[in-house]
Amino acid sequence: MENMNYLSFNKYPKVFPKEVLFPNWLTDVDKLELVDSVLCYGKGKSYGDVCLNEDGTLIDTTNLNHIINFDNNTGLIKCEAGITLKEILEFTVPKGWFLPVTPGTKFITLGGAVANDVHGKNHHTAGTFGSHVTEIELFRSDKLTYTCTRDKNKELFSATIGGLGLTGFIKTVEFQLINIETPFMYVENIKFNNLDSFFDLNEESEKLFPYTVSWVDCTTKGKKMGKGIYMRGRHATKTEVSKSFEMKDGALPFPIEASFINNFTVKAFNKLFYSKQFSKFSTQIVPFEPYFYPLDMIDGWEKAYGKKGFLQHQFVLPYDNCKEYMHLIFEEIVNSGMSSFLTVLKSFGDAISPGMLSFPKKGITLAIDYRMEGEKTLKLLDRIDTIVAKSGGSLYPGKDARMSRDHFHQFYPTFEEFLKYKDPNFSSSFYRRIK
Amino acid sequence: MIKNIYVFGATSKIAEETIKNFANDGANFYLVGRDTDKLEIVKKDLIARGAGKTEVEACDALDWEKHPTTISNADKSIGQLDLIFIAHGTLPDNEGIRNNQMKVIEEFNINCTSVISLSTVASEYFETKGKGTIAVISSVAGERGRQSNFIYGAAKGGVSKYLEGLRNRLFEKGIKVITIKPGMVDTPMTKDLEKGLLFASPASVGKQIYKGINVGRDVMFVPGYWKIIMGIIKSIPESIFKKLKL
Repeated sequence: MENMNYLSFNKYPKVFPKEVLFPNWLTDVDKLELVDSVLCYGKGKSYGDVCLNEDGTLIDTTNLNHIINFDNNTGLIKCEAGITLKEILEFTVPKGWFLPVTPGTKFITLGGAVANDVHGKNHHTAGTFGSHVTEIELFRSDKLTYTCTRDKNKELFSATIGGLGLTGFIKTVEFQLINIETPFMYVENIKFNNLDSFFDLNEESEKLFPYTVSWVDCTTKGKKMGKGIYMRGRHATKTEVSKSFEMKDGALPFPIEASFINNFTVKAFNKLFYSKQFSKFSTQIVPFEPYFYPLDMIDGWEKAYGKKGFLQHQFVLPYDNCKEYMHLIFEEIVNSGMSSFLTVLKSFGDAISPGMLSFPKKGITLAIDYRMEGEKTLKLLDRIDTIVAKSGGSLYPGKDARMSRDHFHQFYPTFEEFLKYKDPNFSSSFYRRIK
Repeated sequence: MIKNIYVFGATSKIAEETIKNFANDGANFYLVGRDTDKLEIVKKDLIARGAGKTEVEACDALDWEKHPTTISNADKSIGQLDLIFIAHGTLPDNEGIRNNQMKVIEEFNINCTSVISLSTVASEYFETKGKGTIAVISSVAGERGRQSNFIYGAAKGGVSKYLEGLRNRLFEKGIKVITIKPGMVDTPMTKDLEKGLLFASPASVGKQIYKGINVGRDVMFVPGYWKIIMGIIKSIPESIFKKLKL
């Protein structure tokens, strides 16, 4: 069945399921016959094949979007796993509650957030999304529902967080929200000239701000290699918001008219964005949407890469000696001339991820988009993977469509342990590729 | 101010997405549908969102005799009703059942007769109270009969016509009748259809219906562009229309 509704966000690889099931109610889930091979599919926003199941069954979970319980005094919320972060925010923000951790898009499901153990700009203070999950109800192919917490079925709990949907059907998730005074953000944007100044700025900023992220130029060689903009922020207070009423739109100025992305448009974009910040330092009060989800505001931006799709590649380098390896990787990227549209640089903090296969660990992470140009692109990424492996780093499965089996096993030594908790009838294109 | 709401077909996705918004305003609900387990899921969701007193009752659309009881039960349970929202329906496989007499009658009864039955009971209820709003989900499919969907279309056309007359009849009594005509919505009911550009999300449709009910619109197409599309479709002369594959 060539159903284009069920691809991943970057439209690569183009593989299709044999069938798609639509449970509309939790009560339908208990009746599902989960025979080999099945996988839950939420909004398909991961890049690559963790959400794909070629010739198998996909279960579309997006109609399972009910709130089950919410305590306005404590901020503890329990929802069906097909609810999106957008739907959660629409409900909680007016009540003064925010997601404890959010990735760069709100169009993902809660189940997907758990299965990929997503991270955000506040990793150095809050860890991963899974760190804030208090309970998961998991339905497995033995037709039993397992209630998993840090104390009960704790191995299954830990395997399911970051478990790429392979441990069973995540029915519900309970997690802890954080309190906010306003739906606005106080943001400081600071230019930096090269990678070394990023590291200095980062060290200072992490102590002062809960949210930090940088946008880095990956097209400039020489002394200014790795120049960029450091964006640090926190939830704004009521006083700050009432003081600054002229709210500016913080969305990225995106050349979305471009029907495809080539080196020229990327360079032009980099120049435009970099010079947008005329002064070295600026502060803003902006609504939370453009701050956390700038790309969500541009519907279909990913289509700008054309029909072949694109690849995203995100790795982490362990903190010690990460500078040296990061320079090596930057040289690879810049010298390859393979344009990268959006390059995001961020540090991960000390927090130990709760999932057996969680990606984040202390270090520096870089996320890069590449237009899919066949062998040329794949070879560059292989070369980068080799450097990452040498550094003792790791690669994010949620954004992978091509890492080698050997590298995966090197990056995730806990995989053998994880397999004890995998549901025998759950599988994915990603799993079959790396197992 | 709409405070007490009776919903028939409360487990329909469009109904749910609409009443979520009323829950946020703190409304009380009486939810009627076929399956109590599913109604309980909707109830919990509404309460989490801020709903007040919320009760559920099981009733099949074809169980006409029970229709009046569910409305009087609702009145007893949550107090005098402000809104009766009729939202149930099924989308039949037109090609599969078109020569199956009993199936056609059943589909017509679910999508038209039962809706008219409930609207009748609702108008009687509000007439005795002297105020209220009846909001009914019809469909753009009722605007013109098309070969691909005329069984459902005929039923919804019947509903729309009935409501037109009822609105006229109840206007002087201060009772509002709202005909809601959704276009294609990405819901469980349309899961077998190929999703094109014209499909709207249930959440946005629900929000628009919520707004339309609050301001007391007479007839609303959701999303609004369907008014234009159906205007064009209706303007095609029958001599040409009959030759089209729509």
